[in-house]
Amino acid sequence: MTDFQWPWEYSFPPFFTLQPHEETRQQQLKVWTDLFLKYLKHTNKFAVSIGDQNSPLFHNESLKRRLSPELIVAILGELERSGHASPLDKRRQEWQVYWYTLEEYGNLVYDWIQETGQTNSICTLYEIAAGENTTHLDFHGVDEAVLLNALRLLEEKGKCELIEMDGSHGVKFF
Amino acid sequence: MNRFAYVEARLNSDESFVSRDNKVKIYDGDQKTEFEEGEVVLTTHRLFWGRPGEIARAAVALCLPLSYVISLSEETTASNFFGRKTRIIMHLRPPAPDKGPGPLDYSRATHIKLSGKNGLSIEFHSALKETLNARVWEIALVSDTIINKPASSSLGSSSSNDRLARIQKRTGIGGIERNLEAKAKETDENIALAFQDLSVLMAMAKDMVGLSKTISSKIREQKGEISDDETVQFKSYLMSLGIDGPVTRDNFTSNTAYFNSLGQQICEMLLDPIEEHGGMMSLADVYCRVNRARGLELLSPEDLLHACELLSGPIRLRSFPSGARVLQLESHDDDVVALDTLEKVESAESMAVEELAKQLGISLLLAKERLLVAERLGKVCRDESVEGLRFYPNLLLRQE
Repeated sequence: MTDFQWPWEYSFPPFFTLQPHEETRQQQLKVWTDLFLKYLKHTNKFAVSIGDQNSPLFHNESLKRRLSPELIVAILGELERSGHASPLDKRRQEWQVYWYTLEEYGNLVYDWIQETGQTNSICTLYEIAAGENTTHLDFHGVDEAVLLNALRLLEEKGKCELIEMDGSHGVKFF
Repeated sequence: MNRFAYVEARLNSDESFVSRDNKVKIYDGDQKTEFEEGEVVLTTHRLFWGRPGEIARAAVALCLPLSYVISLSEETTASNFFGRKTRIIMHLRPPAPDKGPGPLDYSRATHIKLSGKNGLSIEFHSALKETLNARVWEIALVSDTIINKPASSSLGSSSSNDRLARIQKRTGIGGIERNLEAKAKETDENIALAFQDLSVLMAMAKDMVGLSKTISSKIREQKGEISDDETVQFKSYLMSLGIDGPVTRDNFTSNTAYFNSLGQQICEMLLDPIEEHGGMMSLADVYCRVNRARGLELLSPEDLLHACELLSGPIRLRSFPSGARVLQLESHDDDVVALDTLEKVESAESMAVEELAKQLGISLLLAKERLLVAERLGKVCRDESVEGLRFYPNLLLRQE
């Protein structure tokens, strides 16, 4: 894995303090949300725990700056608004973060199904997320929990049906 | 009881009658004596006891010099039918060796009691107390020795003249006038003494004024030698030493007029110092400066605040969102301050409040307000860490 390319802001100390000036704060949060998504994609992660203070994402060791929990929540809140994250617990300590929004994921998967003519057939979630046929696609390697949420969204639109089999899920596209 | 002596009941020259009481008996210690139902007479110097009528006839009576009395106390006993009666107890010194013959030559008791059928009258009791407190006999004794001393040292010949002069001084209208004269003279001397220090101070004040004048003229002449900075500083010291005719409340009937003219004076006074301080001065500084310049006519913080609130001239009062209040030059607006502050921060790369305060020579409060103004306008951004609060140029916005 190549080294992650940190943006220049990562080595700018005020970047780690939530700015009171409105415009500055918006810009700051925008850079942070981008950074979160890029970093998580880079490290192939879909979950963020606020308690995990030692992640380089939260902690710039050479700068001796750390994201405060409040700022992390603000960033995740921003991600939630754009549909890229959702809290996993009520205390909002554990978060699911997606590189694409759930809708985008759903569309990506549906497009692929249609292209490959798999409508009306049943596939497992594993096939979609980690199967050999999807390695070249953007949703390859997606977290199964995230995929499940994306497919539920598709189900609501009537484009597929989720089937539960022995604790694992299957899906039938229409 | 053995302190009593038989003496003719006559007043001496400097002695005077104080009080009397009837039907008094004397106890020797706690023992009753044969001296009952008698009359007591109190003089400034002595206490007499005699059978009824004896003292009036100036016959020989029992006499106790009051100088024997150490202290008085009283004892209350039940009287036959009339409730209570009070006995006076007089505690006495041992008898003098040259005491004349008395009713008892020897007694073990160190006190006597005076008692009557119904106790002693309250008037007599209080008169006795007062007389003992006054100690008139001692004064006579002392003045006697004083009078006699110079007489004996000057070989006696002038003693009678001296005494005569003294008597002359004390007696008659002339004596009173002489007395008054002497008193007036004494007062005069006292006043002169008291004002001696003051006149020295006044003479010094003249010198001080002269000194300050020469210093200021020297400064003017030698402008080249002393650095401009020092000159400015010294001038401001001299200027802040005082203002002529401070505005006081007494001169005005309405508050508004008072505050308005007060504000005007403050404005005139502070215009230069505020400019020197970079256009802003905290109210605390203003208060100190104004009151130092006013000397004795001190202003209350409220009056100052009211006057500042009414300011509309080149200086106005400004409250920051943090609650800090300053006097600010009108020309000194936020954009200018923010740009100026940004310049400072940029040249230092990043800056803490203390650093800016130090660099500009302003208070921490004002330095912080400056940085916050710049932050509000998006010129700088903050970095809060364990090392404290620092401000950086706002690269976050600029790089867009």
